[in-house]
Amino acid sequence: MAIEPVIFYFFAVVLVATSVAVITVPNSVHAVLFLVLAFFTSAGLWLLLEAEFLAITLVLVYVGAVMVLFLFVVMMLDINFEPTREGFIKNLPIGIIVALIMVVEIILVVWPNFGLENYAAPAQQIAGYSNTKELGLVLYTVYLYAFELAAAILLLAIVAAIMLTLRRRPNSKYQDISEQVLAKKKDRLRIVKMESSPKAAPTSVQESEGGVEQ
Amino acid sequence: MISLSHFLVLGGILFCLSVAGIFLNRKNVIILLMSIELMLLAVNMNFVAFSHFHGDTAGQIFVFFILTVAAAEAAIGLAILITLFRNRRTINVGELDNLNG
Amino acid sequence: MDKVYLILALAPLVGAVIAGLFGKKIGRSGAHWATIIGVTISFVLSLVVFNHIILNDAPTYNATVYQWLLSDGINFEIGFLVDELTATMLIVVTFVSLMVHIYTIGYMHDDPGYQRFFSYISLFTFSMLMLVMANNFMQLFFGWEAVGLVSYLLIGFWYKKPTAIYANLKAFLVNRVGDFGFLLGIAAILMYFGSLDYVEVFAGAEGHAQTTIEIFPGVEWSLMTVVCILLFVGAMGKSAQVPLHVWLPDSMEGPTPISALIHAATMVTAGIFMVSRMSPLFEWSETALSVVLVVGAITALFMAFLGLIQNDIKRVIAYSTLSQLGYMTVALGVSAYSAAMFHLMTHAFFKALLFLAAGSVIMAMHHEQDMRKMGGLRKKMPITYWTALIGSLALMGIPPFAGFFSKDTIIEAVGASTIAGSGFAYFAVIAGVFITAFYSMRLLFLTFHGKPRMDQHTLDHVKESPKVVTVPLILLAIPSVFAGWIALSGMPFGEYFGDSITIFDSHNGLAIAKEMHGGDPWHFLTHGIMTLPFWLVIAAIATAWVLYIAKPEWPSIIKDRLSIIHRILDDAYGIDRLYYAVFAKGSQLLGKGFSSVGDARLIDGIMVNGTANSIERFAGVARRLQTGFLYHYAFAMIIGLLVLVGWVLYGHLG
Repeated sequence: MAIEPVIFYFFAVVLVATSVAVITVPNSVHAVLFLVLAFFTSAGLWLLLEAEFLAITLVLVYVGAVMVLFLFVVMMLDINFEPTREGFIKNLPIGIIVALIMVVEIILVVWPNFGLENYAAPAQQIAGYSNTKELGLVLYTVYLYAFELAAAILLLAIVAAIMLTLRRRPNSKYQDISEQVLAKKKDRLRIVKMESSPKAAPTSVQESEGGVEQ
Repeated sequence: MISLSHFLVLGGILFCLSVAGIFLNRKNVIILLMSIELMLLAVNMNFVAFSHFHGDTAGQIFVFFILTVAAAEAAIGLAILITLFRNRRTINVGELDNLNG
Repeated sequence: MDKVYLILALAPLVGAVIAGLFGKKIGRSGAHWATIIGVTISFVLSLVVFNHIILNDAPTYNATVYQWLLSDGINFEIGFLVDELTATMLIVVTFVSLMVHIYTIGYMHDDPGYQRFFSYISLFTFSMLMLVMANNFMQLFFGWEAVGLVSYLLIGFWYKKPTAIYANLKAFLVNRVGDFGFLLGIAAILMYFGSLDYVEVFAGAEGHAQTTIEIFPGVEWSLMTVVCILLFVGAMGKSAQVPLHVWLPDSMEGPTPISALIHAATMVTAGIFMVSRMSPLFEWSETALSVVLVVGAITALFMAFLGLIQNDIKRVIAYSTLSQLGYMTVALGVSAYSAAMFHLMTHAFFKALLFLAAGSVIMAMHHEQDMRKMGGLRKKMPITYWTALIGSLALMGIPPFAGFFSKDTIIEAVGASTIAGSGFAYFAVIAGVFITAFYSMRLLFLTFHGKPRMDQHTLDHVKESPKVVTVPLILLAIPSVFAGWIALSGMPFGEYFGDSITIFDSHNGLAIAKEMHGGDPWHFLTHGIMTLPFWLVIAAIATAWVLYIAKPEWPSIIKDRLSIIHRILDDAYGIDRLYYAVFAKGSQLLGKGFSSVGDARLIDGIMVNGTANSIERFAGVARRLQTGFLYHYAFAMIIGLLVLVGWVLYGHLG
């Protein structure tokens, strides 16, 4: 007996179970953790499909960055999850029915059409084959523009996320460049006519000496 | 032997579960976002499987871009979520009905 | 000669532009010098052209100056056709225009719109020149509309005067009716002849002589008849023939110089000129000629009657103009185109003279136009009196003044004609002679003879007009005396017009008339004195003398006895009231109907507000679908997806 079916069924069962857990557990933190597990098992399945680069990426990027972000948010915000559970039981039957109908429909489409008789399992790759190199060769040649676009989208996401969550604090200090450029001499400097030789009383001399102000 | 159908059915089941998740947890935005991630995972699963059985790397490239966009989407979605929570002190979708006609 | 024609046409336009756009800068004298120089150039060049074409017998000039556009094989061009007909019109137009320009210096001396006025009359001269020099229907229509526009501007020259505004609107609207017919005629020509060029159309006339068209199902009409009558409808509007005459008397609201230039001497004769020009077409349709004849006869007689009871000096002359235009139209109807042109020319001289003389009187009377408040001006204004007398004698047809020859030629041609309606026309023109003479003498007697009836202050200030006024009068009086004698043997009876006018031998009344006297002025004169019209004139003069000099109290007695007739005439046969009641009120009612039903209810009520209301009602229902809850939208999406996948599956499996 080959090892692949065993691995596949093991991971498939875990994946389905964790997915069910994600959508049913009351605590959002637990849900996030189950989702992390789901991603891990998916990565395992992708390794079975010889997509090593994507499997690693999924773990690194998704589990390492996105899911951690989720965790941050869930933990950071002081959310009362009780009201959001409202109607869970009420919606359960219809949810199950809809999901079941869809599953049946999908199986009806998929099962007879994509069996081994239609698509034989491909031959094993030779030793020293690098999935990463293979992807890189295509990604940086054929899909170069798409790749650049993806980079731009990520940049946009960064900017958007910062802008959305940025808070101006009332006591923060900053320069207004245009105001500085527009400043005129007469706004800052006042020239006062003065007698060259003081004739008036000493007190008034004192006053006129302080006439030039900033 | 494991055929393409196995993977496709697994992806289908994942997809349906996430749809059910949207149904069941319709008041909780965080779970909704996570269901969407799960949905994308199901789609990615199909792409990778097809790529493997066709011997064509294009499917994996697709997954790569989907991951990129999904990451961006998650970042912005969570940012909106934070802003929302800051302004309304809630993430209950049942209370968000400003678009009510 | 190309350059000569171009300069001839454009010189007045340049003058008009200078006076119109730079009037403030160049001042009053600048304006009148600019325009007078322009018109003088045109006049001198007209003399050159006259010498070239008629005296030296040069071939007809026909060339295109500028091609505007070529669309679907139809050429839209500016071009000049200069033949004997055009050369004659050029002389008449530029001479009268020049006289009026000079006269205007005196008449409009104190008017604030001095420069504007000069600009307008120069523009008018340009438009008229374009009209008469056209070699295609497009340019003819341009000139036609342009003179109409300038006429509109000039009738309403004193735009603060409500009656003037009313009159210019009326003139414009009535002319629109005529122009509509004219345009339809041109369109019909374009449709059947496929060209707008005169020469091509005239050449194709014979080929279409038997063509019939069916406008209403089952009724066949001769193409030539339809085209000619439509063109004549245009002429009826511009030349003020019954029933489109109503605008001309009211146009006297404008300043007197333009009454002389536009509404007596030149523009109103455009219709006569146009029909003469179209003689190769009209000759093919006797029906159309009969229509022309009858319309002209009605105008000649019935408009003359109206002149009898007018008290406004300018209105008397206006009605006499209508009547004389009727004479010309009658001449057209009996194919005596050359006689019509002959009368057009002499009439232009003596009618312009009469108007300018009337203007001179009006100036002296401080813009009083009522003849009942005049009288006895003969001694005070000798030049005006004598020139007005010459004009009147010419109008009445006393030999040897110009009008005698032209009018008697028309009467003889009508008498010799056998076309349908010529009997009635002959009676109308004979009777018209008596009436014309009577009201002309009435005008003279009331204005210049008898006891002064104005107040003492006005009487003391009456004096002869300045030189700029009297010189044009004298210059116009000269052709009023001699033009008939000189032109008689050539113009109506000789080969003067050459090929520019076509007459078929089958209805050539003039040829028969010529046999009586050979076309010689002296024989014509002696023959004329023996005939009825001359004695009718003498009788009319005697009657007028009795009624207005010998027994001045009789007219009011007659007026009381015949009050019904007087009222009918005073009402101008009620045509104005009829038009007002039917067309003006009718269109008002129609407009109100459209406004309240069509606009307010249909468009605003149903279309505009109705659309808004139904959208609002629909949206009121549809907005209930928009709960604003995210999960409702998500649910809808998922159900949609479910159904879609189910449908696809059904197609595959079922």
